[in-house]
Amino acid sequence: MLEYISIIITAIFVNNIVFAQFLGICPFIGVSRKLSSAVGMGAAVTFVMVLATTVTWLLQSYVLDPLGLAFMQTIVFILVIAALVQMLEIILKKIAPALYSALGVFLPLITTNCAVLGVAIEVIRKSYNLGESVVYAFAIAVGFTMAISIFAGIREQLTLASVPKAMKGVPIALICAGLLAMAFMGFSGIKIG
Amino acid sequence: MNSKLRILYNGIVAENPTFVLMLGMCPTLGTTGSAINGMSMGLATMGVLICSNVVISLIKNLVPAKVRIPAYIVVIATFVSMLQLVMQAYVPALYATLGIFIPLIVVNCILLGRAESFASRNGVFDSLLDGIGIGLGFTLALTLLGACRELLGTGRIFDLQIYPEAYGSLVFVLAPGAFITLGLLIALINKLRKAA
Amino acid sequence: MKSTLLNMVLSLGIITIVAAGLLSWIYTITEQPIAEANLQAQIQAVSDVTPAFDNDPVAEQVAVTPEGEAQAVTVFPAMKDGALVGAAVESYTNNGFSGFIKVIYGFDTEGNVTGFAVMEHAETPGLGAKMDDWFRSPEGNRNVIGLNATGADLTVAKDGGKVDAITAATITSRAFLDALNRAARAYNQYKAQN
Repeated sequence: MLEYISIIITAIFVNNIVFAQFLGICPFIGVSRKLSSAVGMGAAVTFVMVLATTVTWLLQSYVLDPLGLAFMQTIVFILVIAALVQMLEIILKKIAPALYSALGVFLPLITTNCAVLGVAIEVIRKSYNLGESVVYAFAIAVGFTMAISIFAGIREQLTLASVPKAMKGVPIALICAGLLAMAFMGFSGIKIG
Repeated sequence: MNSKLRILYNGIVAENPTFVLMLGMCPTLGTTGSAINGMSMGLATMGVLICSNVVISLIKNLVPAKVRIPAYIVVIATFVSMLQLVMQAYVPALYATLGIFIPLIVVNCILLGRAESFASRNGVFDSLLDGIGIGLGFTLALTLLGACRELLGTGRIFDLQIYPEAYGSLVFVLAPGAFITLGLLIALINKLRKAA
Repeated sequence: MKSTLLNMVLSLGIITIVAAGLLSWIYTITEQPIAEANLQAQIQAVSDVTPAFDNDPVAEQVAVTPEGEAQAVTVFPAMKDGALVGAAVESYTNNGFSGFIKVIYGFDTEGNVTGFAVMEHAETPGLGAKMDDWFRSPEGNRNVIGLNATGADLTVAKDGGKVDAITAATITSRAFLDALNRAARAYNQYKAQN
């Protein structure tokens, strides 16, 4: 139990995917102008990340490793993620139209979200078991949602501030992200158990 | 300007992937702790980009429109996997340093972006040039960012001591410095572009 | 090109098969060099840290589980003219600032540290990552090479020991010595068994 708690705290705060691992920066910058869309993106990422990590973990352990095809990891994982996102889009449209209308627009963007592929590869590198992998993927996604939501809140305020012309838009956003990353550094080195 | 040169210029300056298009942010921030790491990452990405651009431009008429994106992804992923194997064999230390960002070249939006917007519409030679131009633009940007961070953080550029390390501010080598340095560089380039 | 089910399946299928074929080909070419590169790195580290030897420590490696611990560490015995002159021990710690650190330490027959090589770590660049230089620097009490590790555990000055911790990276320094002490215990055990 303590292991799982340790994985969760580490994944959300200490090794936050955006601020410490630099993954998923594109949606972090691109979809953070409004708080509501940031939360939507976070939810969609959580959904896909947990699902994708489960599927790729099973594939790696029961297909790629036994057959000695570990070198095909990158190509197999990205195809699985792309197919999964596509399928998810079709299924959601059919059975849960309400959820689809909330998350639908974010789904196509997720295939090229490096955080999803990154986590799928990372759990294999860390040799986590299936349970740990799923918990890790979920916690990382929660960390991402938290980061992008905080950031969107800041950016909404930022539109009201007077910023030097050359700094408007992405530059000032990046500097704010840097300050946030500095705050998150306060968590580094924390250990549980 | 010659139209071939124009393609190169476009990639390096007018449509610089990092400073103008702002694509491929993850490796841009994650691997630029030093100039040499930034440059290595840029060159690795450039290698894959040139290969995938050429191949995609060759097969563009053979792939049905509806499945072109998955087809491009397979092409890109193949070259990335090859790069992984070759790097592991011949430059294992560098492969270990760049870590997870090498397989993640697959999801670098620059590659799919160039495949879709350039290679699938232009001839083989032009696509090759576009790959070289965009690749160089990306490499230069990463090297510049890496050099700034290394200099501010440790007083060195390419491991060459410029001023004593004790005067460096370590935060520039760490995660926050990546965001802040990139933000300032983009602002500076915006300013220069306005003035030009 | 117009998309029909047949040509979609066909073209994707062909591309995937060509891709898999190409990849397998590259794999068979690079398999040997990759294995060699990994082995070379280990051999290099072992011969860097141990006294001169004429056997093949990597081939004669033994796994030793230090008493009271679950995980084994690897001992690479260094022999000259058939007699033990020292050993390299691939040790680890989970107490680094960012968790896992793997270091190879070298010892002579008396248990004095003859060298070390940091193999794997994720410590903060510029702080904890300095351990490779710090613990062989002649300044102050930083150098661990030449210290006897097989007696009492080595600790940092802050904990009453005799080794100076890296400035602003005490946790990394403790972890480094933790791995060193683990290596020394394994080496003692190895010597007792042989």
